Amino acid sequence: MGLNRKDLLGLQDLSAEEIELILDTAVPMKDILGREIKKVPTLRGKVVATLFYEPSTRTRTSFELAAKYMGADTMSLAVSTSSVQKGESFRDTAETIEVMGVDTIILRHSASGSAQYLANIVKASVINGGDGTHEHPTQALLDMFTIREKRGGFKGLKVVILGDILHSRVARSNIWGLAKMGAEVCVVGPPTLMPPDIEKMGVKVFYQVEEALKDADVINVLRLQLERQQKGLFPTVREYHQLYGLTPERLKLASRDVLILHPGPMNRGVEIDPEVADGPQASIVDQVANGVAVRMALLYLLMEGGAFSAVVS
Amino acid sequence: MRWLVKGGRVVDPASGIDQAADILIEEGKIAALIPVLKDGSKDHSEPMTEEINPENTVAILKAKGKLVVPGLIDMHVHLREPGFERKETIATGTRAAARGGFTSVACMPNTKPVADNRSVLEFIQRQAQLTAKVHVYPIAAITKGSRGEELSEMGDLIAGGAVAFSDDGRPVMNTRVMRLALEYARIGDWPIISHCEDLNLAAEGQMNEGYWSMLLGLQGIPNTAEETMVARDIMLAEMTGARLHIAHVSTAGSVQLIREAKSRGVRVSAEVTPHHLVLTDEAVVGYSTFTKVNPPLRAEKDRQALLEGLVDGTIEVIATDHAPHTLEEKDCEYGYAPFGISGLETALPLVWSELVEKKVLSLEKLITCMTVNPARILGLNRGSLMVGAAADITVIDPDLEQVVKVADFVSRGKNSPFEGKKLKGWPVATMVAGQLVMQDGQII
Repeated sequence: MGLNRKDLLGLQDLSAEEIELILDTAVPMKDILGREIKKVPTLRGKVVATLFYEPSTRTRTSFELAAKYMGADTMSLAVSTSSVQKGESFRDTAETIEVMGVDTIILRHSASGSAQYLANIVKASVINGGDGTHEHPTQALLDMFTIREKRGGFKGLKVVILGDILHSRVARSNIWGLAKMGAEVCVVGPPTLMPPDIEKMGVKVFYQVEEALKDADVINVLRLQLERQQKGLFPTVREYHQLYGLTPERLKLASRDVLILHPGPMNRGVEIDPEVADGPQASIVDQVANGVAVRMALLYLLMEGGAFSAVVS
Repeated sequence: MRWLVKGGRVVDPASGIDQAADILIEEGKIAALIPVLKDGSKDHSEPMTEEINPENTVAILKAKGKLVVPGLIDMHVHLREPGFERKETIATGTRAAARGGFTSVACMPNTKPVADNRSVLEFIQRQAQLTAKVHVYPIAAITKGSRGEELSEMGDLIAGGAVAFSDDGRPVMNTRVMRLALEYARIGDWPIISHCEDLNLAAEGQMNEGYWSMLLGLQGIPNTAEETMVARDIMLAEMTGARLHIAHVSTAGSVQLIREAKSRGVRVSAEVTPHHLVLTDEAVVGYSTFTKVNPPLRAEKDRQALLEGLVDGTIEVIATDHAPHTLEEKDCEYGYAPFGISGLETALPLVWSELVEKKVLSLEKLITCMTVNPARILGLNRGSLMVGAAADITVIDPDLEQVVKVADFVSRGKNSPFEGKKLKGWPVATMVAGQLVMQDGQII
């Protein structure tokens, strides 16, 4: 059984069953990553394109490796090397890529809703690799895979998302996914970086990090975009660290076996202290590996859709 | 040419008439109103001149089962000419107006060049003379280049045909400049139309700030971006004694501020658009750029407050803020699309379906908001069917129900969020100064 949909635009659209299916499928995919020969022929003859309008290292590489391990051919189009810089419209670029025979397009774009826009234009599958401040579903799926791997499930877990919630597509996707799977989600950050009405998503909102971290089972630390300070959204990076940085002292408030996640890239010493990032509770490196497995699963489920036992055998 | 508009229900709020009557039109003016009694015979108690011997000497416009109202007046449109002719021209924009049942439009000065000097005004009026289907009344810029720094030559602009002043789309952020504009406008009691938006607070906002902007990850424009400026301009109007008209009110807070100001006797009036009366910010789900408009579509509580404001008279005018754009400009990511909705060709059936059909507003009140009131604010000698008035007439079929087909728009702006919407109460004929310019949706 595959995912009965053309695109993956956000976790808002997915049911708990679909999320579970993706996470379950990622387990055997992770096994493939541990093999001597990592390539399976499942998606041979298929073409996956990454279309990135924003700089990215890990998401892009992760998708490309995932596609290659699954046997697909990949091509990548970055804004700096394409005709986008000559003023070509997004529609024209999308249509051009599609007629070259691409089956799936991974899009990263600074505009919220751009993945939906692309999905409306092309017949190819679209996977949202992060659109503006809207959603970043594969990041949330890999975060959830990591949580499930370490904690066995989601029910009753207290997950704290810490940082710039307002501008975070990672936060939105995580909230959708975690809430559907039965976790208790708390968000904490300065009020100027907290979007309006977020409590209506079913989360608890905190402005004091100490209150939020109490007995947390998982802390997902968001990257602070330093240019937010230039827009006046908080006084200084120094004060941000003082009020919201995840320090070893603050970590003591959380449950003893708390799991620490960060979507990367980290600003060490700003949103997270190096001792914490490199400490025993951090799973930040595992997240990266799991990201490849989750993306293999997703490509497989969207593009192939057969029983995944065929892949592992 | 003589016309007889025959067999309709004549509704003319300006003269308090609501009855079955025929209207005789001669030389572009209303020559006579001939009431029809219930038994179908003419009321001979009304004076009838010898010329009124209708049936064989005049062209007949059949209006049986229809409403015959004064030609609608839209005091807020963007005709885009000069400068943005790919979006709209005076020729196409006025055809859209005629198709929408409007016989007069007042066009905003944010053209290129800006209508901040007499030569641009005269160009607009010359183009209107040559190409327009309905009356065009230019609104001139408050400040030179709409830069919000120095007042334009307001006296000369009035002499050149301006009916009001506005820096629509580029609000006057400098409070002192706004004070001076209002003060200076007292020379002739000229109306100042304010686009109330604090640009710093609105920042890079794309839609209403709230639940939906949060989910969609689009930067929000808070209600206060409008309300702080409504409050400011009301205070300035109170201080200067000038006439202030608030364009496209969109929030509950603005309605309340205007209501309170009116009760204190401040000379303030206000308009609302059909799209703010019909849609909420939930319409942005799916990221259709046709829902991107400024001020943004607001929350349901705001929409309700706008309806209440119309009902209690706080808001006196319905105006479209017709803002045509090309499809190419709108066919992009939400954040990159320009703001604006092409509104002229859907305005009447939208408000008819939403207000009259749902019994929110009486038919008379609706017509008042679209005729007498805008005419009064702009000082136009229009908006009535009294004998001797210009024969600007709109015939509405209250029972006609049809689906909006944007492809049929005569406006160059096909940017409408109402494609496929089934609406009732369409204009079926538009007459401008005794000339039939639209019948059954076709421009003549």
